[in-house]
Amino acid sequence: MALAAIDWGFILIQTVETSLGLEAAVYALAAVGLNVHFGYAGLLNFGQVGFVAMGAYGMGLSVTLWSLNPFLALLVGMGFATVFALILGVPTLRLRGDYLAIVTIAAAEIVRLLARSTTLGEITRGAEGLHGFIGPFRELNPFDPGAEYGIGPVQFPGNQFFAIVVGWAVTAVALVVIWQLMRSPWGRVVKAIREDEDAARALGKNAYWYKLQALILGGVIGGLAGMVQALGKATIQPDSFVPAYTFFFWTVLILGGVGRIWSPVVGAMIFWAMLTFFQGTLTAMVNEGLIPTALMDTSQVSQIRFMLVGVGLALLMVFRPQGIFGSREEMILDVR
Amino acid sequence: MAGVMLLMAAPAIGQSSETVGTRLRHQNEDGERVPVEGVVISVTTTDGSEVGEGATDSEGVFSVPVSGPGVYLVTIDVNTLPAGIRLREPDRTTVEVEVLESRDGRAIFSLISGDAEPMEESGGVSVRRVAQLTTEGVKLGLFLGMAAIGLSLVFGTTGLVNFAHGEMVTWGMLSAYFFNYFGLAGVFGFMAGWWPPLGEGVNLIFAAILAVIVGGATGYLMDRWVLRPLRTRGVSLIAQMVVTIGLSILARYMFLFVFGGNLRFFRDYSAQSALQIWIIEITPKDLITVILSVLILIGVGFFLQRTQTGKAMRAVADNRDLAESSGINVQRVIRIVWIGAGALAGLGGVFIGLAEQLSWLIGFRMLLLIFAGVVLGGLGTAYGALLGCLLVGIGIQLSTLFIPVELKNIGALVVLALVLVVRPQGILGRRERFG
Amino acid sequence: MSGSNLASRLWDRIRRRDDFEPDLGWVLDDSRRKWMAEHTSGVTKPDPALVIKNLRRTFGGLTAVDVDHLEIQRGVITALIGPNGAGKTTLFNLLTGFDRPDSGSVLFDGRDIERMRSHVRARKGLVRTFQLTKALTKLSVLENMKLGAKGQVGEGFARSLVPPLWRVQERAIEKRAMELLERFSLAHMASEYAGTLSGGQRKLLEMARALMSRPAVVMLDEPVAGVNPALTQSLLEHVRELPIEGMTVIFVEHDMDVVWDISDWVVVMAEGRVIAEGLAEDIGKNRAVIDAYLGSGQGIENPEEEAP
Ligand SMILES: Nc1ncnc2c1ncn2[C@@H]1O[C@H](COP(=O)(O)OP(=O)(O)O)[C@@H](O)[C@H]1O
Ligand SMILES: [Mg+2]
Repeated sequence: MALAAIDWGFILIQTVETSLGLEAAVYALAAVGLNVHFGYAGLLNFGQVGFVAMGAYGMGLSVTLWSLNPFLALLVGMGFATVFALILGVPTLRLRGDYLAIVTIAAAEIVRLLARSTTLGEITRGAEGLHGFIGPFRELNPFDPGAEYGIGPVQFPGNQFFAIVVGWAVTAVALVVIWQLMRSPWGRVVKAIREDEDAARALGKNAYWYKLQALILGGVIGGLAGMVQALGKATIQPDSFVPAYTFFFWTVLILGGVGRIWSPVVGAMIFWAMLTFFQGTLTAMVNEGLIPTALMDTSQVSQIRFMLVGVGLALLMVFRPQGIFGSREEMILDVR
Repeated sequence: MAGVMLLMAAPAIGQSSETVGTRLRHQNEDGERVPVEGVVISVTTTDGSEVGEGATDSEGVFSVPVSGPGVYLVTIDVNTLPAGIRLREPDRTTVEVEVLESRDGRAIFSLISGDAEPMEESGGVSVRRVAQLTTEGVKLGLFLGMAAIGLSLVFGTTGLVNFAHGEMVTWGMLSAYFFNYFGLAGVFGFMAGWWPPLGEGVNLIFAAILAVIVGGATGYLMDRWVLRPLRTRGVSLIAQMVVTIGLSILARYMFLFVFGGNLRFFRDYSAQSALQIWIIEITPKDLITVILSVLILIGVGFFLQRTQTGKAMRAVADNRDLAESSGINVQRVIRIVWIGAGALAGLGGVFIGLAEQLSWLIGFRMLLLIFAGVVLGGLGTAYGALLGCLLVGIGIQLSTLFIPVELKNIGALVVLALVLVVRPQGILGRRERFG
Repeated sequence: MSGSNLASRLWDRIRRRDDFEPDLGWVLDDSRRKWMAEHTSGVTKPDPALVIKNLRRTFGGLTAVDVDHLEIQRGVITALIGPNGAGKTTLFNLLTGFDRPDSGSVLFDGRDIERMRSHVRARKGLVRTFQLTKALTKLSVLENMKLGAKGQVGEGFARSLVPPLWRVQERAIEKRAMELLERFSLAHMASEYAGTLSGGQRKLLEMARALMSRPAVVMLDEPVAGVNPALTQSLLEHVRELPIEGMTVIFVEHDMDVVWDISDWVVVMAEGRVIAEGLAEDIGKNRAVIDAYLGSGQGIENPEEEAP
């Protein structure tokens, strides 16, 4: 009886919205970058959220600080991500893979802490985040900000819709570029390095340089994800870059199947569908009193969400490392 | 199960709309914690706009409602403190408070007996300040080192970087907290009302011992139920690493769920006046934990160096195949390493919690510093881990002579990157084949 | 043809040197050690491709390689033999830049290559295979082969995005790859994942892949270990042909029959040192002693990988 009180229609609409909307686009893009790193080049990047943050701040600061036009802001955002990749890659890519993992997870957290520090407060506006950069981008918006766009009950306001369209368009471009790269000799070398770096070096390939290129490429794509997010949210908040989000991207990637071109898109949609549905249901249950507030309140639902992703990531990694659709034979990721 | 959740969640539930403030208490000579009234407190947003100002009431409490979640700065006016009471950390007159949804933000100022000192040394470099910071650094380094040895030994014997190690630190800290406040009833709800250690909170010393046991058990369970099955399935190290990450996220947010986002203190020993030793000030609890950790670390060294099991551990870390073929039971060694790692991480957590504050996130923050220390000392070497952590601890504290306190941990991580460029194998690491 | 001509002239000359007597029955007793101390420098060759000088590599207290002087003659097959742990693989690592020596130098075509990184050495023509095969299992056999080719236009990031720039070259590479696969009887597997190959086939693939780059020096670390006898024969045939194409071959092998069969010159290592070198024929004469020294059951160092 009480379950009937839950507005399932609303939850379903939200589920569809996030799995097609901004959230999924941002996550897909970030995971595309991660796929380049891990899926194709075998790099253990545990700090993708740092690249996302660098892209977002690069773009935002271009406007608030230097009053650049949107096109230049885009380049600056990509530049920030590139510099971040160089800082991470140059010291670590000669070393065993775990060093990159350790350094990336630490560096991503440094980015967040710096962005929210009072020391840089003048520039990054501290924990409150960066606002007031959206104007020049909104001017490019061909959609009517007052109108709603979508199909049936799934509707997005004009500005939001603009960001979503941009997000998926960028994702599409990124996928085409990567598809082309991976069927070229460049991709062959990168994949060879993933399989066995020494073998590639013995054949005269400069593994270090290729890994650095891959780190930059995937990082820049991660940066684009940050820019799309900033475009959609009109604000850049340091705490939307907590370390755990990197592993949301990982979950997306593994869900879709590591090392396959479409996996980040498929993974992001499934990920958000599941997450939103779960979160909506749980919130409704708390609101309807199906879960006593002594046990949890609605603000704790998002904490449960993190826990769920944590468990999901661990279980996926062990039981379905090939993704939910993949077969074990064509699995790129060698878990054995 | 529901009972467990209920009891554990109880301390975390706040009011429905958020406030920011503080509660000032001071431990008098009799060890009682008495409220401090009439101290002027102001609350601002991070960009400096005022939210509210006022004096603490007879409960020592001052709070103002705020517009919503976010980060606020709470500043104490030290000139309004009653005579004979001062801030333990004179530089920390402003505290950053994070307000989560439906959670009050509470700033914590630790007050100690003594008169405020002249402000002469703030910012400058004086012998006294260097000595003081070095002491703080050694303290931090020892605590980090205690947690790091386990991480390093697990890496050495299995090749796995355990990203959940930080949560093992938090876990030790939080279980000590619950034993300290609730005894075993904090875990097994039905025991509420039984006699102490079971039904009521116990002194922190016992709580810490219980926390170490819990930590060791957790280490055992991690190995027995998570990593050993993965190893026997032949799951790659990368996949194992990702699994530990999944677990760390699970644990971290479970801590947040149960414990809440507020900073807390242990029930015992939280406010102590400092002793003056030469030109260094140190609270008795810090002195004791420092001495204890030195003793424990010496014990660990002795264990590794002299006992059969310790030698076996080093042998496995040195060359696993060789160790295996010379008849060492590698699985057993790994199990012991995990138990030890869990116990040491737990104890490190208790000590860190005692020296600073308790929070759900502290383990992860510490993990990053532990990484810095471990890489600095040489990945996989127990003594290197300790040495590296000491250097990191001292470096962090001394760096505050030159950089803002809020950036001190960042400095350590930058050093980490530099070490990788200059000497990737770390200080005590063996030269391996690197590209 | 010219390769074997050169070889025979070389051997005649070396034979006539009076300070050298090929003596290969090594048991490291005290008198042998004394002899080693007196014969620190190796035999000079008329046209060495590689010259190794005072090369040392230690691991902790263990001296893995300590070679005072060793020259590798161009255009012939040199076998490197010695018991387990003699330092053969480590020497390979040092020569190819996969490991750094504590001291000493390596000259390749007369130039010191100490500062060159491994991939640069490979590009200069110093190509190796690994004792434990490194087939790139998630790439097809053909892709594995193509990877071996040098100077690929499409391996640049920007150029790879413009297929017309590299398509012609790619086809040429593919053609050569198929020819080599044909020669190595792997053509039927071309489109399969390399992971599906048997251990022996992987050894073949790795060698064929190394040849894609037309190397000057090929270094094969136990190319036939773990390979079944039929495949071993064809592999050895290929090795034998390499000098005819102008390549210099160094290979590590434990099986004396194999060594005797295909090598022109033999270098014996023990405890990191070169303890003797000489003509393969002379080893043949000393077969019995060699067997005693290496121990007849020690043919295979690593009960190597796995079937597919
Ligand atoms: N990375 C390493 N670390 C420590 N010791 C090594 C390493 N590589 C080789 N060794 C040691 O060096 C010696 C020579 O090994 P290797 O070159 O593999 O011998 P071979 O190939 O002739 O059997 C052995 O004793 C081996 O244990
Ligand atoms: Mg070998």
